[in-house]
Amino acid sequence: MNDMTINQHSVQAPSAGDINPFAGVDFSELEKSLRRPRTLIDLLMSGLVAAMTLLALIPLFSVVWMLVWHGGQRLTLSIFTQLPPAPLEEGGGFGNAILGTLVMVALAALISIPFGILSAVFLAETGPQSRLASAVRFAAKVLTGFPSILAGVFAYGTLVLLMGGYSAIAGAVALFILMLPTIVLTAEDAIRMVPAKMREAAIGMGATTTQTVWMVLLPTALPGILTGVMLAVARAAGETAPLLFTALFSNYWLFGGGQVDLEQPTASLAVLIYNFAGMPFENQVSLAWVAALVLVSLVLVTNLIGQAFSRRQIHE
Amino acid sequence: MTDPSGGTQISQPPTRFQQVVDVVFRRLCHGFAWLSVLLVAFIVLKIATAAAPALRQQGLGFLTGTTWDPNTGQFGILPEIWGTVFTSCLALMIGTAFGVAAAIFLSEGFLAQFVFRTLKVAGLEFHPFFGKLPDQVQAFLKNLIELLAAIPSVVYGLWGLFVIIPLIRPMCNWLNLKLGWVPFFGTTLTGPGVLPAVIVLSIMILPTITAISRDALVSVPAKLRMAAYGMGATRWETILAVILPTAARGIVGAVILAFGRALGETMALAMLVGNANRISLSLFSPANSLAALLANNFPEAAKKDVAVLMYAALVLLAITLFVNIIGSVILERASSGLEGRR
Repeated sequence: MNDMTINQHSVQAPSAGDINPFAGVDFSELEKSLRRPRTLIDLLMSGLVAAMTLLALIPLFSVVWMLVWHGGQRLTLSIFTQLPPAPLEEGGGFGNAILGTLVMVALAALISIPFGILSAVFLAETGPQSRLASAVRFAAKVLTGFPSILAGVFAYGTLVLLMGGYSAIAGAVALFILMLPTIVLTAEDAIRMVPAKMREAAIGMGATTTQTVWMVLLPTALPGILTGVMLAVARAAGETAPLLFTALFSNYWLFGGGQVDLEQPTASLAVLIYNFAGMPFENQVSLAWVAALVLVSLVLVTNLIGQAFSRRQIHE
Repeated sequence: MTDPSGGTQISQPPTRFQQVVDVVFRRLCHGFAWLSVLLVAFIVLKIATAAAPALRQQGLGFLTGTTWDPNTGQFGILPEIWGTVFTSCLALMIGTAFGVAAAIFLSEGFLAQFVFRTLKVAGLEFHPFFGKLPDQVQAFLKNLIELLAAIPSVVYGLWGLFVIIPLIRPMCNWLNLKLGWVPFFGTTLTGPGVLPAVIVLSIMILPTITAISRDALVSVPAKLRMAAYGMGATRWETILAVILPTAARGIVGAVILAFGRALGETMALAMLVGNANRISLSLFSPANSLAALLANNFPEAAKKDVAVLMYAALVLLAITLFVNIIGSVILERASSGLEGRR
């Protein structure tokens, strides 16, 4: 009570029967005033935090603006059909790099989706409390923070040295390692989010675990699982480091003798950007910007599709 | 179909075939779970065994050597370790300041309140459409910050090369001219260097810090906040004295995970740090990092040098693994700690 701000002059001796509980309280003192340091600091800090948040977003706008500005100028259809130009050559495109990225990401997805979802089913349904489950979760977390270049080092050490050359397969394996943890962890969450009464209803009907998983859990959790898959695909599509010395680069299409040849060096959008950004030729640098525009659009669209799926996830 | 007296029943015990399928499927899930653990073990083992010859030949001197010369067979990665840690620490400082600020801004409802007040002026704050606007604007801003993480690192590298370096070069060289005696400004910025790499790296780790710190701030029990407000604390007194200390573990975990991310980041550094085998305190001098060393040397490595590069990869693996595990443990404890207090 002593700390209360009471204006001494207005305090009057309370007379019997006429007690004013607010007597002696100076209401202007209780109002928010910018002249008091604590309110001023409050306002300044709010302004500072707002400014820092906006400042943090400037790079995003700057990147998007530069991509549209530099990349948009040369964005024509021929970009998608032509091959990368040689130094000092005019024109050209990167159709083979787009194809290479799509093929390698698709191949990586083909391995990691069944692998990841089955592991997630184990984590969420068939053995959630087991020791193995906590080991899998730990492994997935380790892989989440795994530097992407080390996935490339691993694929190089196993596949490139074994097969005797750079290949799309080695690139896909490196990408698979990076996609796996995202798929496992998001799929586990999605399956866990399926309302318990649906699971129990299935078990009550006499369904086996397998039937519960295939007919109830996976269909209900599908939007959440697809969100994870889309996030993993978007991440893999943008990865450069694991492809640098697994798929390397190629100036040619991914075809050998009329059919798709996965055992040769393969171009990808990300490695093309890296290679061309460091070249002293204007044509290559501007192609790098166009490739970056295409890559970012690809990644953002995949991300948005994933977010659209996540809104359809059924929560308990 | 539902006639109970005979015919088909809705529920029936699984047939023999279904039981076999069930067992097989469960074994399959079990098998894949084992595989994913074995995969991680195999990756670590593979890199370790590939590095073994160099480990035996180079020993621990590899970690303290300062020259990298494949021609004479002299290999040392001290400059790379220094560059990795130096750039990551600097990026962490910038990224933490901005990332935590953004997390506070997003979690304490500053923007939603601002929009709400603006709507109130127009008398629209409970309008069926505009009434939802404050939350929507808030969610939109959160998505924008998360988009920063969606941009591929090689695109950040390209942006750093052609936007950041030209932008900061005059300022850096002016600093060098006026304050050249300060070790941090000891050299001029001629192109790629530590500072551009640090700036781009801090942008790349910011979404990680913001997302995890925001989760920690949001999960602070509401009654703590209400109690502080009820005592007459201003919003920032509440944030600084109650909310941040309560969420501290989560924020520290976020920062450590971001540190792990920064240590392993490859492309931004390979493109922006300059790839010079040099130990310097100067922010404008070119340097190198472990990941960039691998990215630059692996593609044209001779067979006998692969083991040395694998050794460097093993060092990177050990550092990032260590940092990441510490970060995860802290985060796990942070969330369980809050649950206990609730």
